[in-house]
Amino acid sequence: MSRLRDVSVDVVVIGGGPAGIAAATRGSEAGKRVLVLDEAPHLGGQIWRHLSRETLPAKARSWLDRFDRSGAEGLTEASVVDLQDARVLAVRWNEEVRVRAPHVIIATGARELLLPFPGWTLPNVMGVGGLQALVKSGASVAGKRVALAGAGPLVLPVAAALAQAGARLVVVADRTSASRVLRFAASLAGRPGDLWQGVRYRAQFAGTRYRWGTRVIAAAGESRVQEATFSAGGRTWTEPVDLLGAAAGLVPNTELARLAGCEVRGGGGGVVMVDALQKSSRAGVWCAGEPTGVGGVDLALVEGEIAGLDAAGQPVPPRLLKARDAGRAYARRLDLAFGLDGLDAVDLPPPETIVCRCEDVPCSAFDKSWTMRQAKLYTRAGMGPCQGRVCGAALHAMFGWPPDSVRAPLVPTPVASLISTLESSDATT
Amino acid sequence: MARTLSILVDGRLLEVTEGVTVAAALLNAGEDTFRDSVSGRPRGPVCGMGICFECRVTIDGVRGRRACLERVSPGMRVITRE
Amino acid sequence: MTATTATTATTAETADVVVVGAGIVGAAVAEALANDGARVTIVDSGAAALGATAVGMGHLVAMDDSPAQLALTSYSLDLWKSLAPELPPSAEYDPAGTLWVAEDEMQLEGVEEKIRAYAGRGMPLQWLDGKRVVELEPNLRPGLAGGLLAPRDAILYPPGAARALIDRALARGAQLREHTEVRELRANEVTTTRGTLRAGVIVNAAGTSAARLTPDLPIVPRKGHLVITDRVPGFCRHQIVEMGYLKSAHRMTAESAAFNVQPRATGQVLIGSSRELVGWDASVNRQLVAAMLSRAQWFMPALAKLQAIRIWTGFRPATRDKLPLIGRWERTPGLWIAAGHEGLGITTSLGTAALLADLIAGRTPAIDPAPFAPGRRVAA
Repeated sequence: MSRLRDVSVDVVVIGGGPAGIAAATRGSEAGKRVLVLDEAPHLGGQIWRHLSRETLPAKARSWLDRFDRSGAEGLTEASVVDLQDARVLAVRWNEEVRVRAPHVIIATGARELLLPFPGWTLPNVMGVGGLQALVKSGASVAGKRVALAGAGPLVLPVAAALAQAGARLVVVADRTSASRVLRFAASLAGRPGDLWQGVRYRAQFAGTRYRWGTRVIAAAGESRVQEATFSAGGRTWTEPVDLLGAAAGLVPNTELARLAGCEVRGGGGGVVMVDALQKSSRAGVWCAGEPTGVGGVDLALVEGEIAGLDAAGQPVPPRLLKARDAGRAYARRLDLAFGLDGLDAVDLPPPETIVCRCEDVPCSAFDKSWTMRQAKLYTRAGMGPCQGRVCGAALHAMFGWPPDSVRAPLVPTPVASLISTLESSDATT
Repeated sequence: MARTLSILVDGRLLEVTEGVTVAAALLNAGEDTFRDSVSGRPRGPVCGMGICFECRVTIDGVRGRRACLERVSPGMRVITRE
Repeated sequence: MTATTATTATTAETADVVVVGAGIVGAAVAEALANDGARVTIVDSGAAALGATAVGMGHLVAMDDSPAQLALTSYSLDLWKSLAPELPPSAEYDPAGTLWVAEDEMQLEGVEEKIRAYAGRGMPLQWLDGKRVVELEPNLRPGLAGGLLAPRDAILYPPGAARALIDRALARGAQLREHTEVRELRANEVTTTRGTLRAGVIVNAAGTSAARLTPDLPIVPRKGHLVITDRVPGFCRHQIVEMGYLKSAHRMTAESAAFNVQPRATGQVLIGSSRELVGWDASVNRQLVAAMLSRAQWFMPALAKLQAIRIWTGFRPATRDKLPLIGRWERTPGLWIAAGHEGLGITTSLGTAALLADLIAGRTPAIDPAPFAPGRRVAA
């Protein structure tokens, strides 16, 4: 007996961030039945996270309004558990959902690369985007001493948003060297809008120094973070903090694409390979936004539009293709400037530093000659509820290990729900 | 003016703003330890987007629910460190 | 903790014994032979203990599909009991015992015979009625027809146990060559990707790869699935298996699932079991896993709410008569076989090693080796 809700649509979009919203909007405007699935309580993904739409920037509001008008449907608080051929299996709090759709658009975004350092597991040490996500979902930072130590363009808008929310920004730091940042800024000559936006963000926390080439090297405190230590050049210093946002850039969420059998290239979880129309290597599966390569909101929107149009059988206007090419070039420059490969080698943290947070596995437990699979079997790293997403990305940065293979369930799922979704994933049921 | 509602956190009544996530509500109430790690160390939210599972708490009798992905609802019973 | 790897050899090396396969069977064989004073070299195409050893349940269990199976498993359990105090924490040895449960009166058929057979091997089985079964394991559904408690059964973590056995062998002078693939097994000679090894005794303990190295070994892959949950300490205290499990393991039919759960040292619950003959297709059979989980949930309704974190598959090296191949391979001088253990490789690794070591040394083994003779005729 199945307790499953069955839904049939033309296009299912997994991920309700900018790429997913754009794809769904375009698909629905072209007359197709479109459904978007997202885990969060509202659509918008990370960068457009909001409690009320009025607080969003104009472009976000405009897209979300357009999505509403398009007739596309959204199912929130839905976690995708499995995907097989033209069926997507998701679980919500009190039901399982099977979405049958001949066209699947994967727009699963990216997550932060969280590199371990002493004290990083203390409460109130979060990601950079993580801290912003919590603030955007209602957490107050008014009057709190906040330090940010990130990598790349995410730091600026987060610092601005935190300052707006009343935080006392004590440190705003980017681990990227000054020379790489300046070169990147120079390359933005063709994107004056971005430059001006950067200036505006900077102005919002003008009272705090913006430091390049600076990273957090330790956090300390009793049962929560109370101080953080930073390093720049040869110098280190410690600041008392209430909240610390620390991350080393973004990593594409490619698990669903890999489960679907899409070709993925590159280290770690890699990036999903797509053609000019955002088609993946699997028939019937498109991919748009960060999983095809981290490139920011504008590129995600363009890729989403292309995927949505193509999945709906519509021609894609050349201006979108051109915009995508320009966006890709920007994404490559982003990676050159802020990516961890090459110049920016990852130092191993001290041996007792926890690397796998789910299972409390310290750095000393690993042998760099291992594979991710060996690490899992010998140390339990990657065997907890995050299914190796956090430590796997860190271990890839630290030792170069590619991730282990992906299997359903994509997220921990109650046994009863798993029975229902597994039973329903077969084409014959 | 945002509406408020009441939830129970570890048996205590807490007034929270409608629409915020459970994670935000707990942090605002000064509760920054959501769970204990396998070796007994305090842990709280990190990624804010449902990936890391460090924010998991028991909500209305169901364990392992990610507080950063759930909105508060009237009469919700939250248990931390279970 | 880590086993050391010898440097690459460029000319033919000699040893007394080469053991092919560093899974739990190869590890146990190497340990036993090194203990007898032999110079042993263990080779594995990958890293130690990553084959079937890494994907099974680690249930040490006395099973009576046949008298020979009962003899080998009970002999092995005694050996595990003796070894247990010397195992490191990484082996997670837990003398939890098995609780066999009967769904209905039909499943109780043959229970008295079973009790007698086990008693004959020094393995006491305690009969429990349906009420007592639930007292012992409160998460079991009430109204089961009854159960049998096998207190001498145990649980361990196979990769930890296998590595412990390898470490014991290394401590007695054995060598381990990982990432060394065997190309050919000939009379007294092993050709690998890293050179040739010569030995008076070569043991094929290559599990699911055994038949690739020694063609004509009647070993086929029998696929299984397992599901593991998040941590729920105290959810169950014994390995709990339905009495219908034996039937499922016995029949070489297309596919079957049987209720089988285990508490892991972490407090996670491991849920099995399934069997299929689908060649080497390692993909998850969703329907079969759903059936397996449904069956488990029927026996333990509280499983419904537990978070399942992971599903995986693995291959058991199976033979038609459910008995492993332990002994000399007459066709090839110097070649011995220790393979084909199906779902009892972890349990019977120690018995297999003791048996093989006795046969090689010319000692009288503790149990009759004839049923395990590699060259035996196996009923179709």
